[in-house]
Amino acid sequence: MSLAATVQVRRGTLEVDVDLEVADREVLAVLGPNGAGKSSLLRVVAGLLQPDGGRVEVGDQVWDDVAAGVHLPPHRRALGMVFQDALLFPHLSVAENVAFGLRTRGAPRAEARRAAGDWLARVGLEGLGDHRSAELSGGQAQRAALARALIGNPRLLLLDEPLSALDARTRLTVRAELRRHLAEFPGSTVLVTHDPVDALALADRVVVVEDGHVVQAGTPTEIGRAPRTDYVARLVGLSLLPGTGSGRSVRLDAGGEVAVAEEASGPVFAAVRPESVALYLSRPDGSPRNVWPARLVGATPHGATVRCELAGEVPLVADVTAAAFAELGLVPGSEVWATVKASEVAVYAR
Amino acid sequence: MRRGRSGVPVPLLIPASLGVAFLVLPLVGLLVRTPWSELGPQLAAPGVGEALRLSLICATSATLISLVLGVPLAWVLARSAGRGRSVLRALVTVPLVLPPVVGGVALFLVLGRRGLIGHWLFETTGITIPFTTAAVVLAETFVAMPFLVISVEGALRAADARFEDVAATLGADRWTTFRRVTLPLVSPGVAAGAVLCWARALGEFGATITFAGNFPGTTQTMPLAVYLALQRDPEAAIVLSLVLLVVSLATLLLLRDRWLGRAAA
Repeated sequence: MSLAATVQVRRGTLEVDVDLEVADREVLAVLGPNGAGKSSLLRVVAGLLQPDGGRVEVGDQVWDDVAAGVHLPPHRRALGMVFQDALLFPHLSVAENVAFGLRTRGAPRAEARRAAGDWLARVGLEGLGDHRSAELSGGQAQRAALARALIGNPRLLLLDEPLSALDARTRLTVRAELRRHLAEFPGSTVLVTHDPVDALALADRVVVVEDGHVVQAGTPTEIGRAPRTDYVARLVGLSLLPGTGSGRSVRLDAGGEVAVAEEASGPVFAAVRPESVALYLSRPDGSPRNVWPARLVGATPHGATVRCELAGEVPLVADVTAAAFAELGLVPGSEVWATVKASEVAVYAR
Repeated sequence: MRRGRSGVPVPLLIPASLGVAFLVLPLVGLLVRTPWSELGPQLAAPGVGEALRLSLICATSATLISLVLGVPLAWVLARSAGRGRSVLRALVTVPLVLPPVVGGVALFLVLGRRGLIGHWLFETTGITIPFTTAAVVLAETFVAMPFLVISVEGALRAADARFEDVAATLGADRWTTFRRVTLPLVSPGVAAGAVLCWARALGEFGATITFAGNFPGTTQTMPLAVYLALQRDPEAAIVLSLVLLVVSLATLLLLRDRWLGRAAA
C-alpha cells in the first residue's frame, strides 16, 4: 500500500520537483515555508492537480504516469484528505459530513449513518452528529474532518496543514489525538506543514522542501541535530527537552524543571525555540520563571544573529543578535544566565 | 447609524434625493389615482383573473425552464476557462441589452411557421408555436433567463471551490459533487436569480406581443392587458397595474425573508 511518487509540476514561476516514498504505517512530514510547493505536491498526489511530469504509485496501483498518459481522477483514488480549514460542508450535518465518502461510494444510508456514528465516537464527538457543522468549534471541526477522511479506509492519508488554523491550546490536544489516530492508521500518511513542532511530534520521517526541491530528508532527530540550510536551522533549531508534565511544570528526564503556560501531564516534550532564549551575564531579577545557569560551548553566525550552543543542566540553543553577542562580550566558555518565558515553551505529548 | 463627520456631501445628496423621488413618485401616483371604491367591480371584471392567472403560469414556467437550462449554463460559464468563455458569456447576456421587441422578431424568425426551426417543426409534427401560450413562455424565457444565469454564475464564482476538492477526495465525481455540494452551496444565489428571472418574465411585454400576439385567454398577460385597457378604460388600467405591483412586491418580500437575505449576508 506504500506511496511512491515522483512529481514535477510548475506553478507560476515555481518549479516543483520532488520524490516521495512512504511505507505503510509510516508518517512522512513535508516541511517547508509558505510558497515552497508543498501544497501543490499534495494536490498532485490527491489527483486535484495534473503533474507536468512524473509518476504516482500507491501499492500496485498507478495513479499518475505522465509518460504513459495515465491520470486517475481524484474521486477514484482511495485516499482521505484533511485541509487546513476543516472545510466541513456547511449545508450538511456533522454526521452527514462524516458519512459523505461512504455515500458517494455507494453505501446504503443506514449503514453509512451507523459508521459515521462510530467514527464520531472514535474522534470524541459522540452526540454531536446532528449538529450543523458551523456549530462546531475549530478543534471539533478538524476532528470531524479527520473522521470524514478516514471513514472509507483509505490507503493514503493526506494532511494539508491540519493544525495551523487552530489556536495554540486546541492545537496541543488535537495534535496529541491526531498522533494516536495516525498510530492506528494502516496506510501511508503524508503531512504537509510549515510548523516544525507538528513535523517533529507526528512524523517518522521529515522531508524539507524549499523552492520546490528537497533540501534535506531524515528522521526528525537527524534534521534537528544537523540542519543543512539556514531555513532548516531556524525551523528545526528547537531544543527538545523530554520530561514528565505535572500541572504547569515539566520535570526533565535529564534533570531540571521547566515552567510552562499550559497544563501538562505524563510524558511530554518541552520545545524551546532559539529566538525565545535570552542571555544575561548576571542573574536577571525580572519575571521570567525559567532561569538557568549555562556555559557557552559553541557560537555560529547565521546572518544577523549568532546561534549559541549552551551546556548546563538544561541544554539549550539560543539565537542572539550579533550586536548583543558583541555587547555581552561572549566567548566560548563564558558563563551566562539563560531565560525563557513560560509562554514561549511548547509542550506536546511524546 | 451615526458617523463622526456628518452625512452625505450636498453634491451627492441632491441628485440622490431626486433619484429616490423619481423612482417612488410614479408608484405614489398610481396609489393616489387608484379608484378604491371601484376596486371590487374592476377586479371582478371578465378577463382580469384570466390575464393574472396566465401571467403567473407563464412567468413560473419560464422561470422553471430558465432554472433547468440556466443553472448548468452558469456552471459552465463559472468553471470553464479561456477565450471561449468570454464569447459565450457575451452571447448569453445579449438578451439583457437587446430591445425585447427585437427579441420577439428574432424568435419569430426562428420559430415562426416559416422560420428556421419552426418550418421543420410544422412539417414534421404540425405544431406551430407563435401566438400560443407556449410562445408567451418562450418569449419570457428568452428575455428573463440571462438574469438567472448572471446571478447564479456570480454565486458559483463566490463559492469556495475548495469544497469541490474535498468532495472529489471523498469519492464524488463531478456530477455528484455538483448535485450534493455545489448546488446546495449556491442555493441562495439560485433563489435570488430565480426571483429576478420571475419578476422580469412577469413584466415582459415587447417580445411577448411580437412573438405571441395579444389574444385574451391564451397570450394576453397582465402587461398586455394593462396597455390595452389604458386606451379604452384608464381606471381599469390603474387597477390592473396595482394588481401587478402588489403581486411583484409580495413575491419579493416573501422570498427575500426566506432566501435573499441569506444571499446578501
